[in-house]
Amino acid sequence: MDTNGATTSSAAGGGSTSKSSSKKHSRKPVYSRFTQQELPACKPILTPGLVISTFTIIGIIFIPLGLVSLSASEKVVEIVDRYDESCVPSDYSNDKLKFIQNPSINKSCVRTLTVPKLMKSPVFIYYQLDNYYQNHRRYVKSRSDKQLRSVSDEKSTKDCSPEDKTVDGPIVPCGLVAWSLFNDTYVFSVNSKTIEVNKHDIAWKSDKEHKFGSNVYPKNFQSGGLIGGAKLNSSVPLSKQEDLMVWMRTAALPTFRKLYGKIEQDLQANEKIQVVIQNNYNTYSFSGKKKLVLSTTSWIGGKNDFLGIAYIIVGGLCLFLAVCFILLYVIKPRPLGDPSYLSWNRSPAGHPN
Amino acid sequence: MARIRKRSIQLSKLCSFACCRSSSQDEHAQIGQKGYSRVVYCNEPDSQEQIRLRYRGNYVSTTKYTAVNFIPKSLFEQFRRVANIYFLVVACVSFSPLAPYSAPSIILPLVVVIGATMAKEGVEDWRRNLQDIEANNRKVEVYDKSSCSFRQTKWKDLRVGDLVKVCKDEYFPADLLLLSSSYEDVVCYVETMNLDGETNLKLKHALNVTSFYSSAESLKEFRAVIKCEDPNEHLYSFIGTLYFDCQQYSLSPQQILLRDSKLKNTEYIFGVVIFTGHDTKVMQNATDPPSKRTKIERRMDRIIYVLFSTLILVSFIGSLFFGIETNNDLSGGNYTRWYLRPDKTTVFFDPRRPAVAAFLHCLTGLMLYGYLIPISLYVSIEICKVLQSIFINQDQAMYDEEMDRPAHARTSNLNEELGQVHTILSDKTGTLTCNSMEFVKCSIAGTLYGRGMTEVEIALARKRGEQLTEQAPIDASESKKSIKGFNFRDERIMDGKWVSEPQSDVIQKFFRVLATCHTAVPEVMGPDEIMYEAESPDEAAFVIAAREVGFEFFARNQTSIKLRELDPTSGIRVDRVYELLHVLEFSSARKRMSVIVKNPENQLLLLAKGADSVIFERLSKEGRAYEERTKEHIEKYSEAGLRTMAVAYRELDNDEYKTWEQEFLKAKTSVSADRDVLMDELACQIERDLILLGATAVEDKLQKGVPGCIDKLARAGIGIWVLTGDKRGTAINIGYACSLLRHGMKQIVITLELPEILAQEKEGDKEAIAEASLNSIKLQILKAKSQVTEESSTEFGLIIDGKSLTYAMDKNLVNSFMDLAMRCATVICCRSSPKQKAVITRLVKSVTGRTTLAIGDGANDVGMLQEADIGVGISGVEGMQAVMASDFAIAQFRFLERLLLVHGHWCYRRISMMICYFFYKNITFGFTLFWFEAYTSFSGQPAYNDWYMSCYNVFFTSLPVIALGVFDQDVSARLCLKHPLLYQEGVRNILFNWPRILGWMFNGLLSSIIIYFLTTNSITGPAFRKDGQVADYSVLGVTMYTCVVWTVNCQMALSINYFTWIQHLFIWGSIAFWYIFLVVYGSIPPTLSTTAYKVLVEACAPSILYWLTTLLVVIAALLPLLSYRAFQIRFRPMEHDRIQIQRRRPESTEYDATQRRLSESSEARTSSELPSEFKHRCLKKSANIGIASAGLGV
Repeated sequence: MDTNGATTSSAAGGGSTSKSSSKKHSRKPVYSRFTQQELPACKPILTPGLVISTFTIIGIIFIPLGLVSLSASEKVVEIVDRYDESCVPSDYSNDKLKFIQNPSINKSCVRTLTVPKLMKSPVFIYYQLDNYYQNHRRYVKSRSDKQLRSVSDEKSTKDCSPEDKTVDGPIVPCGLVAWSLFNDTYVFSVNSKTIEVNKHDIAWKSDKEHKFGSNVYPKNFQSGGLIGGAKLNSSVPLSKQEDLMVWMRTAALPTFRKLYGKIEQDLQANEKIQVVIQNNYNTYSFSGKKKLVLSTTSWIGGKNDFLGIAYIIVGGLCLFLAVCFILLYVIKPRPLGDPSYLSWNRSPAGHPN
Repeated sequence: MARIRKRSIQLSKLCSFACCRSSSQDEHAQIGQKGYSRVVYCNEPDSQEQIRLRYRGNYVSTTKYTAVNFIPKSLFEQFRRVANIYFLVVACVSFSPLAPYSAPSIILPLVVVIGATMAKEGVEDWRRNLQDIEANNRKVEVYDKSSCSFRQTKWKDLRVGDLVKVCKDEYFPADLLLLSSSYEDVVCYVETMNLDGETNLKLKHALNVTSFYSSAESLKEFRAVIKCEDPNEHLYSFIGTLYFDCQQYSLSPQQILLRDSKLKNTEYIFGVVIFTGHDTKVMQNATDPPSKRTKIERRMDRIIYVLFSTLILVSFIGSLFFGIETNNDLSGGNYTRWYLRPDKTTVFFDPRRPAVAAFLHCLTGLMLYGYLIPISLYVSIEICKVLQSIFINQDQAMYDEEMDRPAHARTSNLNEELGQVHTILSDKTGTLTCNSMEFVKCSIAGTLYGRGMTEVEIALARKRGEQLTEQAPIDASESKKSIKGFNFRDERIMDGKWVSEPQSDVIQKFFRVLATCHTAVPEVMGPDEIMYEAESPDEAAFVIAAREVGFEFFARNQTSIKLRELDPTSGIRVDRVYELLHVLEFSSARKRMSVIVKNPENQLLLLAKGADSVIFERLSKEGRAYEERTKEHIEKYSEAGLRTMAVAYRELDNDEYKTWEQEFLKAKTSVSADRDVLMDELACQIERDLILLGATAVEDKLQKGVPGCIDKLARAGIGIWVLTGDKRGTAINIGYACSLLRHGMKQIVITLELPEILAQEKEGDKEAIAEASLNSIKLQILKAKSQVTEESSTEFGLIIDGKSLTYAMDKNLVNSFMDLAMRCATVICCRSSPKQKAVITRLVKSVTGRTTLAIGDGANDVGMLQEADIGVGISGVEGMQAVMASDFAIAQFRFLERLLLVHGHWCYRRISMMICYFFYKNITFGFTLFWFEAYTSFSGQPAYNDWYMSCYNVFFTSLPVIALGVFDQDVSARLCLKHPLLYQEGVRNILFNWPRILGWMFNGLLSSIIIYFLTTNSITGPAFRKDGQVADYSVLGVTMYTCVVWTVNCQMALSINYFTWIQHLFIWGSIAFWYIFLVVYGSIPPTLSTTAYKVLVEACAPSILYWLTTLLVVIAALLPLLSYRAFQIRFRPMEHDRIQIQRRRPESTEYDATQRRLSESSEARTSSELPSEFKHRCLKKSANIGIASAGLGV
């Protein structure tokens, strides 16, 4: 009865002395469509017509979209070559780990690729790794964006352990991501004529301009006991190290492609491309695959049949559902809102329980 | 000065010792002992003695928090919720390396959510604080001894012992002892509405000894000591003694003025402060409204437990796989995933101790999948409920013009429970009926007076199928002026014609009793206008009736009552003064009141009125002349739904009176605990050998629209119980009148008024009676049950009286009784006491396990209101006590229809949809994280940027849900009322049953699967743009998150029934906000935005694939729900679907349906109660016809 008492009692007082107070101000709620919950509203109901037309429209839009995407994907020419198995000399085939870990063995390996169709420039070169967890929490976190960005934050390596520092000071770029930089290299030639590989502009512009500093130079990199992957030219600033940038954009899934470079000339159909691969990168210890991919692109990107097929399936499903509903309505027709279906007509004041 | 004071105190102490000895023993035993130890030194608040006692000041604080304890206390309140504790623990652990995301991103949402709730608490408390400040700073005049005058002081500065002056229409600042007033006979009138809600005036009377102190001058010398009880919450009792002038005087509640009551009709009073601040009775009475939880909330807790288990299960699975993967990192001495440096790792990823790593990872998992539990659920629900209550308060259709009172949701947490009411337990008087009593009939000396039909009689006649003569309305129009409380028409008595009736002396006595035996106070408004302030409307009706007949009661003081009455012999009106000796007050136990007066002829008379049963057993042998006929008439009256009262008197013998009075006075002044019992006994002694005069019949008018409302509620499938103190006949008739009992309904009556029981009662063996009664009730219940089972198609109404009920509540019988009661559409419990009401409510609640709603208006309903799941108070004439104990307050019973069928239905629907949807959206989101985990070897890396995630519940998905919870309507208010059966959705809880909840959860799971797999397969792998770039971790995160935001909001759009601009704004706004957020967040430096840096602008937006994927995924994720809904609406429509579909049909068919339905139930209705909708339509139609024919004519 405390404060509530005070409030309601003043209300009660108003009641008894309403003669005087009602003139002053009535406590009648003010009318507005909002307070009376009568705002103009659209109240969609799923009538058969609406259901069928919705499904049909989705179907009609989706199937052409799927076909267009599929054809775009079909236009893309893609060459995929797995080389991790075949680039191991036969005498090491039982102990690939030994092969890859022995620095004194020559790792080069020659593969020949046949161009199935005309590949218009630019042809993108990717390497594809399999079963490689770039999205592992330990791995993803093991980097320092600050350090990459400016030379003054060189020492902020707290997340980079164990690749954070050497006796000579902090490692730049620190962390497992940079440390495990991919170091296979490819040299292409057609009819023993070397094809130029453009390794510029394979990284995102924002990476070059904002994430990786132009005054940050690699330091103490790969100088520890265990060498992870590629070494960096310590006279080139990070903002020019595009391979590193590509690698540092960690992949989402354990199977991923990364841009290696671009071939800026058309590759004719049935041309034989010779690729000299320096097979340095160790994927054998975790039985990951390595693939070399050459691909053109269309407006949809690379060769991606999935999207087109998915569109067609969803569109088809919608059309199928539309047909189903039409059939259902025909087989089991019920005039809309037939009063005999209304439950209050069935049981006038019934207790349903 | 000081010395004088000191001496006087010592003197008074001495006095008190001396005096006490002479006083009665029990009083002495009580005062000064435990519980009776308060001492007040009147007019000496700053004396050493008073200060030493350290009584509290008059400062009052009703706030829950203070500035100091607000933060800790409200935080504590917040963390009493399990979910919040979980989030707090998560926030604490987030600083450790275990956390999958950064600490601020976890803490911020928690801070927002907790902060919002705390802000709400704070605002509420601040409002209370403002009220306190207002109350504490009110001004009162306090006596200043040094200047011998009164000066203005703030309430809060008042001290115990202060002398105060309170003027007319002011509130008393503390509990005061009345010393003197502006009246010579030291009385004052007090309105206690704030305390007990009673609007009538109460008379307070000071002790005669203090009446001398009626001026500021005289007060200077006033010294006294009060010893009294300690602070307690009993409003109507006070035990104390005044030690004054070497005498002691016992104090009773008559001399106490309570804080927050108001001085009326009195210029000013002087009083001494006895209790201050929180010691006052009103503050001692302060209780928080009982906190009730709704069924939905309780089930929601269970869902949260389910989600917690899911969370633990998912984390366990995750850590199991993680353990295996981590273990595999070290195979045969070689480190497999060398790029993770397992050789130089932390304990969290150590392949040499995979079990430890897995265990720790489980903690990470608990944090990562924490999104399964919606952090903002509680706060969103609270916001929704508050807004819903505002809508309830703002509803014009529930505003009562007459009282100027809108509906008021006093607690907001029961809104959805309004939509699930299974049984309504209703009080009758004041709830179904107006409690505005009209004197309609009387029986005097065995003759019936008064004609005209009551509404109940009309209903009864209709029930019997009699043709009504058009007599009643003519009758009503006959009288030019209608007097409130008086509807008596009989030319034999009116206008002084009673004089010529055969038994005019009895008539005279009869109305004299009515005019004197009461506690009403006259208020002279004008020369010929007198208003009466009475304790009950019955009483006012009697006084008014007496006045109209010619016995005008026009003045009263402490010792006399003045009547202006017609002298039968001379025919002129004379003033007669009755000396009022004693008032034996009415109580529900006594069921009677009487006064002892000395009339101008010096006769001692005891005038009594009371319940027939009580009066009849106290009649003298010679007083039973009219007993038979009066009984007959009373029977007839109660059949007509009237409240009856028997009237009797007795002439007292002078000696008898003298001896009785002595004892009575002694009892009255005693302070012992059994004082009341003693007084009752003495009253009994004198109230005997009465002579019956006749009986009165007062009509308790039905409230507006009650029958229609009850009919609607019954058709909504809500069981209605009426718990009333009335007689069976009255109750049954009221039942018919308000269509509780309907045509074609079979009555089952369970009673103990059977010949065999009555015979046993005469023998008087209590045990035998009890046993026989129990057996009889058992038999009756079994018989009724078999009857109900046999005739399952007919509706039954059960009528049981209070006495039978006590036996039916026996623990062996209660289950079968409740079983029977549940099968009846209506249950009427007559002759039930307030306590029984509460017990019944509890039983109905516990036996059925369904939601009960109790509705009542008086103090006697408080127990019932608090016991029920929902208490609805009617803010009617009986004051505010019921309202104070209620959860919802409405002004009229008929508003219950709208409150339940419209607001209840909506709120139930909104809250249940909202909760389901909440779980849906969080499961969708949480499981995309889980699927992603499966592809990161369960390392605990979230799929999204930290801040996307923390904003999920707070920004991207919360507003549409709140809009759903506040605004959604499946059907409009009009249709809700038109189709009451829609309400069964709530009663049967079909919108929040486990299949539905699990269905939504399954839908969430499905959505997450669709989103994850379609997105990853579409966008990752080959290049996703023309420039050959591939989608990395950040692009996948953004794409997937975009799909989640779109899907979740579009699902909302699909499940909303009511699209106003608000919904559009919130839904599409939330989606748009996600893009805006991405742009803004992506443009801050990469060290802060990390993976989100320019991800939309640079990477995603230019990619057609990104947009195509969004479209595909969203449509695909919506398909399951869409096709399910399409199928369900068509082939298994729910009630609201049917109505929605029907709404779409052309007008004419809808009209047909309405008409058909109306013709079915037309018997039970009068034409005036036709729904306005129908009338409107009829009018419109006839207007159309009119236009058409006019057209033809031209």
